[in-house]
Amino acid sequence: MDHFPGTWGRPRNDVYGAYDPSYLQSTGPKTHTSSPAVTGTSVVGVVFNGGVVIATDNLASLTPSFLLPLRTASYGSLARFTDTKRLRVFGDQAVVGFGGDVSDMQYIDRLLESIDIRENYSSHGNTLNAKNLHTYLAKVFYKRRSEFNPLWNHVLVAGFDSAGKPFLSSADLLGTTFSAPHLATGFGAHLAVPILRRLFPEERPVEEISQEEAVEALKQCMKVLFYRDARSTDKYSIAVITKDKIDLKEDEQLEKQSWAFAEKIKGYGRQTV
Amino acid sequence: MTGFDFSNYNRNAALHARGVPLPKATSTGTTIVGCIYDNGVVIAADTRATSGPIVADKNCEKLHYIAPKIWCAGAGTAADTEFTTALISSNVELHSLSTGRDPRVITCMTMLKQHLFRYQGHIGAYLVVAGVDPTGVGLYTVHAHGSTDKLPYVTMGSGSLAAMSVFESMWQPDLDKEGAIALCAEAIKAGIFNDLGSGSNVDVCVIEKDKPTKLLRNYMKPNERGLKERNYRFPKGTTAWLNQKVISKEDLKKYVTIETLSGDDNLAAGEKMEVDV
Amino acid sequence: MTSLVDHSARETVGFSFSEATAAGAKQHGFYPYTDNGGSTLGITGSDFAILAGDTRSTSGYNINSRMVPKVFKIGGDEETGEGARIMLSVVGFAADGTALKERLDAMVKMYKYKHGKPMSVAACAQRLSTILYEKRFFPYYVHAILAGLDEEGKGALYSYDPVGSYEREQCRAAGAASSLIMPFLDNQVNFKNQYIPGSGEGHALVARKPEPLPLETVKGLVRDAFTSAVERHIEVGDNLQMLIITKDGIQETFHPLKKD
Repeated sequence: MDHFPGTWGRPRNDVYGAYDPSYLQSTGPKTHTSSPAVTGTSVVGVVFNGGVVIATDNLASLTPSFLLPLRTASYGSLARFTDTKRLRVFGDQAVVGFGGDVSDMQYIDRLLESIDIRENYSSHGNTLNAKNLHTYLAKVFYKRRSEFNPLWNHVLVAGFDSAGKPFLSSADLLGTTFSAPHLATGFGAHLAVPILRRLFPEERPVEEISQEEAVEALKQCMKVLFYRDARSTDKYSIAVITKDKIDLKEDEQLEKQSWAFAEKIKGYGRQTV
Repeated sequence: MTGFDFSNYNRNAALHARGVPLPKATSTGTTIVGCIYDNGVVIAADTRATSGPIVADKNCEKLHYIAPKIWCAGAGTAADTEFTTALISSNVELHSLSTGRDPRVITCMTMLKQHLFRYQGHIGAYLVVAGVDPTGVGLYTVHAHGSTDKLPYVTMGSGSLAAMSVFESMWQPDLDKEGAIALCAEAIKAGIFNDLGSGSNVDVCVIEKDKPTKLLRNYMKPNERGLKERNYRFPKGTTAWLNQKVISKEDLKKYVTIETLSGDDNLAAGEKMEVDV
Repeated sequence: MTSLVDHSARETVGFSFSEATAAGAKQHGFYPYTDNGGSTLGITGSDFAILAGDTRSTSGYNINSRMVPKVFKIGGDEETGEGARIMLSVVGFAADGTALKERLDAMVKMYKYKHGKPMSVAACAQRLSTILYEKRFFPYYVHAILAGLDEEGKGALYSYDPVGSYEREQCRAAGAASSLIMPFLDNQVNFKNQYIPGSGEGHALVARKPEPLPLETVKGLVRDAFTSAVERHIEVGDNLQMLIITKDGIQETFHPLKKD
């Protein structure tokens, strides 16, 4: 019987010889994430009268490490996980949507979990709202970028501020923050934001935008993203945050897709059959 | 044939590596679109030309003439789109003259792609080719490297995603002329307001079967400059000078012809003359 | 002459130079900065100072948001900014700008808490310089302008480079369109290249003397500077934010700009 628990489960010295500690070097260069491997794409959000809607698709793409040096042009990637939930509910008034590296997302998720537990055990009775959460996340991102060890994400935080007004804001791996009535990360910044700005122009007050209209608009955005973003799927998550509840659906399927036009397209030039 | 000659390219790359800067070209960081409808095709463009982050031209023309019923919208390096379309326009006309037939869109597109492929992407022309010919309606995109696409609606340039978001959420089959024009204009506006490389006005060109082509220059002007708050006229004599020489009108007449224009002093003479031409 | 066939192999391209272009795939590294565009501008008068900036935030050819203020009240209430007597504008990398603003704000508040009196603009200006220089080898990538009223009640304006070199000036433009706006300001505020008509011949011509401009004139100049910058710079637009400090406090206004 081995009476030293520290050695339990380890290769026995009398069988395998003494452990060679040179394999576990603590010296040498420290390495950081300098490019992400498993990533999620767009997050889209829009403010309506009395709340915020936020959506992501459920895909995580893998860029194999041998392709990483070529990433500047994003050569090839694998649709690796098709059930990645990228919306995270915090408390009962806030949702964070994650784009970018999935492992860093899971790290932040754990970070938020611990804060949530601490908040719930505290006696002061205050709960962190979406604005507080956004400030916190932005500072975490900024700190990590300043240490040259970034968390490779771009997030949207949706919920309410301390005055009870709908809140939607963005934070990215550099610590850059900005807020607008409609936001999107990744490919969505190119494809979804123009749609949202067209449907909900600045001249139109937020009070006029209903929840149904906002949800419809986001579904349209997810559809256009599925049509044109090569790294997306037609399975998505959507969360509606209102004063009384957060309605999170994580297994939605895009409806009414239209591919009929494709039948008429023949080739890229002369071809007609 | 030994192949196309890229020795100048190699020389330039070598000079660049040694610190000689490459000349800065004006690019039309652009939004251009095209869309077919029941009886023809519509193409449209914004009118901003940029040089880096600076607006080089606030109202440039990106819709180029190829043949009476074939037009081309160009994005990329301004000079490349202009010279490439002018060259192909010329060749299309010669081809049409020698065959005695109306030029076809597919011919034009093929000439463009073969020309661009030869230059391996060094000619930075990204084009939307559209037109009507005896075989029907044609709408293509041609990339600088020579690849082409054939689709019922197309977008190109830095604002192509913003414009495509409009097509992907509003396009429907069996559009009529008015519908196609409105859709193209909306797509260009999405580029103008969401893409920094695009801006100013909307130009539209409508090519219809059995009807003359219509170029709707500045079809929309959603970005007119407001009035300046202050007056920036300087009193005469504000600028310093070291000497002056007065040449009388009589003396000047020995060398040039002088015509005096009547009217408001504030009106630029150039504008007036352009109206006359 | 090199043929297309030869061209595929880089080694065979015969340069007469020692170093050919760097070949091989590029490694995707982490770059801790980005440029969020926009422009700011400050002008002082005899009893006021104006700090202005557009509210567009950009990344690449994208507009992040049309409403991200670049000009801040320093040392005032957390939410409303009430009670502040100093203004700061930051343009460049927005995350660094926010961090810098928050540090200076906390510092000015600590000063009042410790010394029982508000910090003077001159002292704050010196402190901002040291804050910037502290990060000499990992700088805040911003061009800052600080403004307020000096001990005599005159408009005071200080402009900074990213590592803390600073100077008190009458006017300064910073950011994306600074090279477009600054010459305009030189001419219209400091009357550079303007001479008094008929005051002399040749070198004897008398230059027009700059004098403090009235508030309304300066407001007009600021608005004209920005509407013109919007015409010619793609990263400037959306809204113009103006903060004006007088003996009565800081007044904030917004004014729409073109959105293309």
